Amino acid sequence: MAGESLKKFLEKMMGIDRRVIFLLIFVALSIPMFIAIKMKIPVSPEVESLVDTMRNLPDGAKVMISLDYDPSSEPELQPMAETFFTYALQRNFKVIVIGLWPQGAIQAERAKTVAETKAGRQFEYGVDYINLGYQSGNELVIQRMGSSIPAMFPRDYFGQPIGQYPIMQGVRNFSNIDYVFNLSAGYPGTLEWVLFAADPFHVVVGAGNTAVQAPQMYPYLGKQLKGLAGGMKGGAEFEILTNLEGRAVKYMVGQTFAHTVIVLFIIVANVAYFATRGGKKGGAL
Amino acid sequence: MKREIPLLIAGIVGCVLVIQYFIPHTPFGTLNDVFSDWFSIIQATAIWLGALNLIKVAGDKVYKKQKDWPFSLIIIISFFIMVVVGFFFSGGRRFLEPGTPFSQLYDYVYSPLMAMMFALLAFFVGSASYRAFRARNKEATILLLAAFFVMLGRVPLGDALTGWLPQSLHMSNVASWIMNVPHLAGQRAIMIGIALGTVSTSLRLILGIERSYLGGE
Repeated sequence: MAGESLKKFLEKMMGIDRRVIFLLIFVALSIPMFIAIKMKIPVSPEVESLVDTMRNLPDGAKVMISLDYDPSSEPELQPMAETFFTYALQRNFKVIVIGLWPQGAIQAERAKTVAETKAGRQFEYGVDYINLGYQSGNELVIQRMGSSIPAMFPRDYFGQPIGQYPIMQGVRNFSNIDYVFNLSAGYPGTLEWVLFAADPFHVVVGAGNTAVQAPQMYPYLGKQLKGLAGGMKGGAEFEILTNLEGRAVKYMVGQTFAHTVIVLFIIVANVAYFATRGGKKGGAL
Repeated sequence: MKREIPLLIAGIVGCVLVIQYFIPHTPFGTLNDVFSDWFSIIQATAIWLGALNLIKVAGDKVYKKQKDWPFSLIIIISFFIMVVVGFFFSGGRRFLEPGTPFSQLYDYVYSPLMAMMFALLAFFVGSASYRAFRARNKEATILLLAAFFVMLGRVPLGDALTGWLPQSLHMSNVASWIMNVPHLAGQRAIMIGIALGTVSTSLRLILGIERSYLGGE
């Protein structure tokens, strides 16, 4: 009797209304908003390598950050941008911002504002920081910067000629840039930076990617890509290793709850599947 | 001539861009710079063409009252609001500067809407995982197990559950191994296949064998 009711329950579970799943995920994502939970986040070698490369740069190094994403990827990539800018402020890096996506330069301004509040000091525009804005041309923008950065970006985000700013003095091409940090959510993005900057011009490139894109970058890790922060977890690890805990660490609680719910659903679905079909052979995936 | 000239342009540009990779000196280096600049200009123009095309397609839909035409009307209205606000309501400043009406529309309308669309993915992933990740056969079981370990290994809970096991069997290390060994091997194989396909397609384009991009036949 109990076995039959369990079987009925599992049969019901097989055809569960997807709105129930939506509701449970919503609850899982909402709980962390009301409860403060501290979690120990393990650090992966990919993010360790990313931060090590940045640590090895001299104070005051000239770094370029390319923000190749739009607000849809903001929850994953914006915390990384904020951490990068804050770290740059701490180390007095000279930061040159570009965007291969039209929204990239705007995202940079937003991240910079947050970083300045967090660090308690400001970038001096044109001296410590410059935003060169968006340039159309995708990977060819990167390729052209290999021979001349001012040719590709004659004016900054605010329409001023870049030659007047001290930060751009002596910057001709990639050979004058110590490090490139790319935040990417697709094309053009990290793959293009590897193929058109790291390979031909031996530029040191590190990257932060959305969780969906990060697995595609693994083959380049090591020589061509000096570290990779993937998704929210990568962002959280990045914050932990730079001692700048912020939004990504906080968001990891929500992600943990959501993953747990999804994993539980997968287990229940498979138990129900085997219990109701008696291990009969099923169709293709 | 209508077909020969574009074929000739594609062939010359393709050859120069390939050669400059190996010989980045004059004249190939210089030609590469020129072509890159042209590409940027053409792409910037294409953005405008894209915008005009969007308006034409959406406008046609509204005019003919086709299915879901109100959405097209929203597209047109939103497009013109952003353009008009950007061009005429920035108070003498660049429209992109923080604090301008355009920037506020970006911060308080565009950005949350985009983030909301992407956030919906979490719900669909949950529902799709429930239906797709079933151990129906050997291949599906491998996929299921990989997803299970990576999903748990990517959150602190995975290590909390496996903390009593030896270090190498901690969930984060198992997920890391999956990503760095079987996944990487598969990814490399796929990439080599794609690269070979790209090379052959590029050669067909450069040599004028592949002409579908010209339209027509």
